[in-house]
Amino acid sequence: MSIKIGSKAYAERIQDGIDNSFMRKAVSSAQGRFRTGRLKAAEELGDWEDWRTLGEEIRSHTMENLDYYLHQLSEEVEKRGGTVFFAETAEEANAYVQEIAKKKQAKKVVKSKSMVTEEIGLNEALAESGCEVVESDLGEWILQLDEDPPSHIVTPALHKNKEQIRETFVKKKGYTKSDDPVELAAFAREQLRQDFLSADIGVTGCNFAVAESGAVTLVTNEGNARMVTSLPDTQISVMGMERIVPTWEDLEVVVSLLTRAAVGQKLTSYITALTGTRLEDEVDGPEDFHLVIVDNGRSKILGTEFQSALHCIRCAACINACPVYRHVGGHSYGSIYPGPIGAVLTPLLDGYEDHKELPYASSLCAACTEACPVKIPLHEHLIMHREIIVERERMNAKSEEIMMKGFAKWASTPAAYKMSTKMARTALKPWTKDEHIENGPGPLKGWTDQRDFPAPPKKSFREWYKHREERRNG
Amino acid sequence: MAIHNREAFLDKLAGRLGRPRRTEVAPPSYSVRPQERVFQGATQDELVEKLEAQCEVIHTSFERVTLSELEDTLRRVLNGYGVSKIVSAGGPRIETSGLVDFYDQLRKEDYEVQIWDEEKGRQNVEFAEQAGAGIVFSDITLAESGTVTLFNDRYNGRSISLLPETFIAIIPKSTMVPRMTQAGRLIHEEEEKGNPVSSCVSFVTGPSNSADIEMNLIVGVHGPVKATYIVVDDL
Repeated sequence: MSIKIGSKAYAERIQDGIDNSFMRKAVSSAQGRFRTGRLKAAEELGDWEDWRTLGEEIRSHTMENLDYYLHQLSEEVEKRGGTVFFAETAEEANAYVQEIAKKKQAKKVVKSKSMVTEEIGLNEALAESGCEVVESDLGEWILQLDEDPPSHIVTPALHKNKEQIRETFVKKKGYTKSDDPVELAAFAREQLRQDFLSADIGVTGCNFAVAESGAVTLVTNEGNARMVTSLPDTQISVMGMERIVPTWEDLEVVVSLLTRAAVGQKLTSYITALTGTRLEDEVDGPEDFHLVIVDNGRSKILGTEFQSALHCIRCAACINACPVYRHVGGHSYGSIYPGPIGAVLTPLLDGYEDHKELPYASSLCAACTEACPVKIPLHEHLIMHREIIVERERMNAKSEEIMMKGFAKWASTPAAYKMSTKMARTALKPWTKDEHIENGPGPLKGWTDQRDFPAPPKKSFREWYKHREERRNG
Repeated sequence: MAIHNREAFLDKLAGRLGRPRRTEVAPPSYSVRPQERVFQGATQDELVEKLEAQCEVIHTSFERVTLSELEDTLRRVLNGYGVSKIVSAGGPRIETSGLVDFYDQLRKEDYEVQIWDEEKGRQNVEFAEQAGAGIVFSDITLAESGTVTLFNDRYNGRSISLLPETFIAIIPKSTMVPRMTQAGRLIHEEEEKGNPVSSCVSFVTGPSNSADIEMNLIVGVHGPVKATYIVVDDL
């Protein structure tokens, strides 16, 4: 897999999303719960705006000094017995991990959930090297068995119901019990235990690395990241280069923001900070540790008007607040990063060519910006993308250009404008019912398929104004 | 141990930021510090009360005892879970808390008890995987979130709090702090003094859980299914 998922066109993806009633209901209910959780957690904590300000300041300071902190991090990891590999591209990162797997003659790799390894297609690279790769996060494990991409950053299998999950377990793993989530999870636990105990390599992502000590921190609820990093002898952690904080004091602030903004928890069940290899007198933990720091297009964002997109802490608060995501679901974005942050990041990392529609998958209501715990101005970034797409890249559809030119001409010709506003009501009469248009014609159809459109008023604004002035003047 | 491709990678970043590479950065001074205000001025006893309330939220049983009551409480908790195979962290703290004799007594009563022992190597992990309960001591306890902080080391393997079905944390009252702020600060200060952090710091908040199947909360997906905290007043 790479950042782009599937080959369907944007319009087709959207239609699939709209047609999937289970997914839409699941997304809508999850959004409600996550949003309530976030708001409640913020209220309990108090001073939420101060927390957001602090989060933003920490992230800004780190990005402005990224070269310094990555240098410090690599020095500290090396001091603690680890090896650091800086990878400019996905290919470089994958080749390095493949080389380790070859050296270790690895047959089985267990992974904990990681967006960046999805982004670079690490699973496929490891499979090419002859390794069986097991995703150990419950949601990711389900998706891996079903060969389906994730649809949400925090709950990747949100779009699947328990009957579908049971069917997958039956088909792929010989499961015989019911679709009760507790039984399904117990089965996954039993299956995954064997994988953890027999794996040669554990691969993780990295929520935040701490520059001052060389620690890689993983924030999870299930504990699979602890399994992945405690049991196999070799650990490889892959991090996007921006996932770093200067000190442990900064770490606790961003972790507090992450867990609250993601699901409304004060802290998740596990926050694990791993530094280098196990010590000589320790029994569990890796004897060999590698940190792979990935650029893969991120450096193009530094120093631009989009730099604050790199502040993202992957909490999904913007996704949970977005009315567009609510209607179309995660797969519609065609990227492993869905929702508003996905619409901002994906074109930055992978170019506009395949993702030029994404900045338009937004109502620009700014709910995402308001929800972001580190104050990324997401809707402003989306507007900037649109400007670039239209003005610099000239990627908007030809028909749109012709239409806008026509509109400009029409709107600047008083006679044409006056006549058409007068005629609009009559022309739309066949579709008008109780001052609403249902099942409208032409360009209105896309709108009225989902909701009603107000019918043009009986009297135009100019007529109303003229009438009012006449009355006032007696 | 090595660092590959660093210089070109970091030079490029500095170039993008429109300046030469930085070799020094002054510690930032942030405009707000809301984290200091959480449970500011609370006494140790008040923090224990906050912890008890949070245990309800994180599906964790809570006990509060004196040191002399610890053994009986532990026995009751273990029996309540129906556990007869136990792995425990070792080191000086099991001696000061009197647990060495208690574990000996349990062994005489046909419990299987293993204290984490580096000499036994990987066998510790295999035992932990089969054990019904893992017992650890909290190093720093965060009242706000109900979190025990474990500095894993030769006496306290990572697997003890992870592999057994039940997780029991003994919490000395003296380890109570308001929140993660104080733990982060302590580690930061130690780093500054040149005392490197443990190879694994585990912040553990109750049992393992997941909401991956139709958003139903399921406890114990990978790690422990049940958890109990025992706060010891005079430790």
